[in-house]
Amino acid sequence: MNTRQTLVERCSALFEDLSFGASRAWKDAQPGRKVVAYMPVYVPRELIHAAGMLPLGILGAGESLEVIHGDAYYQSYICRIPRSTLELGITGRLDFVEGFLFPSICDVIRNLSGIWKLQFPDVYVRYFDVPQNYVDGIGGSYYRRELEELKEGLEHLAGRLITPEALRASITLYNENRRLIAGLYALRTERPWQVPSSELYLVVRAGMVLPVEDHNQLLKDYHAAAVEEELPIRDKSRIVLSGVFCEQPPLSLIKAIEMAGCYIVDDDFMLITRWLLQDVPLDGDPLQNLVDAFLHHSAETSAKYQPEAKLKGQYLVDAVKGTKAEGVIFAAPSFCDPALLERPMLQTKLDATLVPHIGFKYAENSGQMQPVREQAGTFADSIKLWSNP
Amino acid sequence: MTAADIVKEPSMLKQKEMIAHNYDLLTSAEARGQKVASTFVPGNLNELIRCFGLLNNLPEINAIQNGMRQLSGDYILEAEKRGHSEDVCTYVKADLGMMAKGNLAPNGKPLPKPDVLLLSYTGCFTFMKWFELVREQYQCPTIMLQVPYQGDGQITQNMRDYIVKQLKEEVIPTLEKVSGVKFDIDRLREHLAASAKAEDDLVWVLETGKLKPSPIDAYFGGVYYIGPIFTAFRGTQDAIDYYRLLRQEIEARIAAGLGPITPEGTMAKQKYRLVVEGPPNWTSFRELWKMFYDEGAVVVASTYTKVGGTYDLGFRHDPNHPLESLADYCLGCYTNRNLPQRVDLLQKYLTEYEADGLLINSIKSCNSFSAGQLMMMRTLERRTGKPGAFIETDLVDPRYFSAANVKNRLESYFQMIDQKRKVAATTGVHA
Ligand code: SF4
Ligand code: SF4
Repeated sequence: MNTRQTLVERCSALFEDLSFGASRAWKDAQPGRKVVAYMPVYVPRELIHAAGMLPLGILGAGESLEVIHGDAYYQSYICRIPRSTLELGITGRLDFVEGFLFPSICDVIRNLSGIWKLQFPDVYVRYFDVPQNYVDGIGGSYYRRELEELKEGLEHLAGRLITPEALRASITLYNENRRLIAGLYALRTERPWQVPSSELYLVVRAGMVLPVEDHNQLLKDYHAAAVEEELPIRDKSRIVLSGVFCEQPPLSLIKAIEMAGCYIVDDDFMLITRWLLQDVPLDGDPLQNLVDAFLHHSAETSAKYQPEAKLKGQYLVDAVKGTKAEGVIFAAPSFCDPALLERPMLQTKLDATLVPHIGFKYAENSGQMQPVREQAGTFADSIKLWSNP
Repeated sequence: MTAADIVKEPSMLKQKEMIAHNYDLLTSAEARGQKVASTFVPGNLNELIRCFGLLNNLPEINAIQNGMRQLSGDYILEAEKRGHSEDVCTYVKADLGMMAKGNLAPNGKPLPKPDVLLLSYTGCFTFMKWFELVREQYQCPTIMLQVPYQGDGQITQNMRDYIVKQLKEEVIPTLEKVSGVKFDIDRLREHLAASAKAEDDLVWVLETGKLKPSPIDAYFGGVYYIGPIFTAFRGTQDAIDYYRLLRQEIEARIAAGLGPITPEGTMAKQKYRLVVEGPPNWTSFRELWKMFYDEGAVVVASTYTKVGGTYDLGFRHDPNHPLESLADYCLGCYTNRNLPQRVDLLQKYLTEYEADGLLINSIKSCNSFSAGQLMMMRTLERRTGKPGAFIETDLVDPRYFSAANVKNRLESYFQMIDQKRKVAATTGVHA
């Protein structure tokens, strides 16, 4: 039976499996299948899928893998995700991956694309550059050509062409995936006690390793289960979690925040699943539709340039308003330039609208949750105090 | 010989004058009604900026100046006090801290508020955040010029077209609006032709590192040599004159069989020839340099002197293809090249400059340079058989310069090179 518990247990097993058994099983089910990995925050998974390959999201190795080789590649003042990702590669855990896309999020991931080229010369490695100019005839034309090049590369890897029909079919599936995830996020915003964030995280994260068809079913099942089984309402503060878009905090950190008296009502985990904010249209040229969606209907994060000075940071204010949150917790990986450089600008914006906030740093293998519990607990209490004078 | 005894060569005096004059122009710009663009070093569009009569203010150069004058530490603390993380690039914090503390130029006068922020971010994402942060304070027009990264180790036509389009449709029209000056492509051509002349001489100078003894130090001395071309002077007669002078001085040094000039006079013995990767440390620049020349270590080639253009690989600003050549310039800067290209370039230096080994100065602040350097070092050791060494410092944060650690590392590195030589001498096998 698909109870909440069995579903979460399944997702948890997927999360903990650093050999990516589910993705390997998909690959082994038919000869000739190929897998293309990608890193945060956004790549057009539709193109990989339309070439008949499995997109596999790699978000580091979490807290359980001991990093032995990776540390020899990275100085101590560089975040952890590149070293643990490299560890996954060097220890053969990604030996079933034929392609790897490194999106333009920061200099670390950018340079990791070069390391991968040197270390794994047989893998199709592509640094996936996206425009920071959102004008159709400028950034749009550039991006269109980049997508065409990516498409050609993927076609070559897959040994087959990506037809417009296949791409439309993939877009349909990913539109559904985005809708289902948006639905779960909306449910959590509305009734956060029904959808604990530590569960939602695992359920969405399963989409990094499962084929989209399976993930869509999983999302539906979990939604149904979450609505069905009433959980007790607690007196917690509603907060938005910001800065967790790349290296992931340990699951215990999400739990610690929740246990300390916070309902996380919005976050920036796995932005790829919520990057495109509307359905990508199916009529017309599907590749162009992906371009247009990226340019005009995509989520904002610190890896993106905001051309309008007055709109800088507005996305977070909107998230707070839209979810009726009472405060923001900034959690960023140590040494994460995009998140830590963005934070002061976001804080200024929140201060101007009197939204309280706190911030701390983490690493994917942070062990000590006591300080987080204390900080988040004090924050939750102070929110209560302010809102009930 | 003490530092005070050194006779400054004419090129040094010339550069000093140029820099001082430029700061005087900057700090008097408001009073004189001249407009100012703030922009970054790698991928800067100096020739274009000059077409509009704008002055060019470069925040990294201010940070370097403040680093060398021991002011950056306080500025960084100020920025951290204002909520900036200890983990991020210290150039950014030195700049923001300086703004918070009066924004004083080295001449003691306040720098002007920029009329435009020209954000051409080449080779590093931090630039983008940096100007978003600065923009908050100045509220002036900001132009973004995105330069795609050479992810696959080549410049594609799509990348070039994208930059040219941005120049034509966004950068130039906004600069026209800000300055009130109409764009004249012939003026740009003239500036580009002037750039190319100076670039020829710069390359000649840098390549003298191949000689034995080397008449230059291509890292500690090199950062002075790149000064005019990397900053506000590319495309000017001043730059042409500076590089002509410099070239003549080095020609004279070669003729006399002399080594590079150091703060303590001409370097006599050259025991070790090194290639250096990574930016220098600015807060203890002299101290670090001394650790090299005291041991007879001369840097024959470096990558830092290529962050503002890889002219030694053949690129020249080209008056016949003005916008395309600006695009190629931005695309080709050192940190816009992917890691395999960076490794190849270092390998070329190690071989062509007949270096004993590679030294990496890994900068805590700078992910763009640093993330991947250990892998680069190992790959190069494997490919060339020459030993590599790794030191860790920062750009302008004095807290991250540990003289004792660096000195120890360097000493054992030099011993390692000695040992390699001994083995080679006894076995006849050369690395
Ligand atoms: S955690 Fe931050 S700095 Fe590290 S790779 Fe991700 S975005 Fe870059
Ligand atoms: S991170 Fe490095 S390249 Fe980027 S601004 Fe800082 S010092 Fe310059």
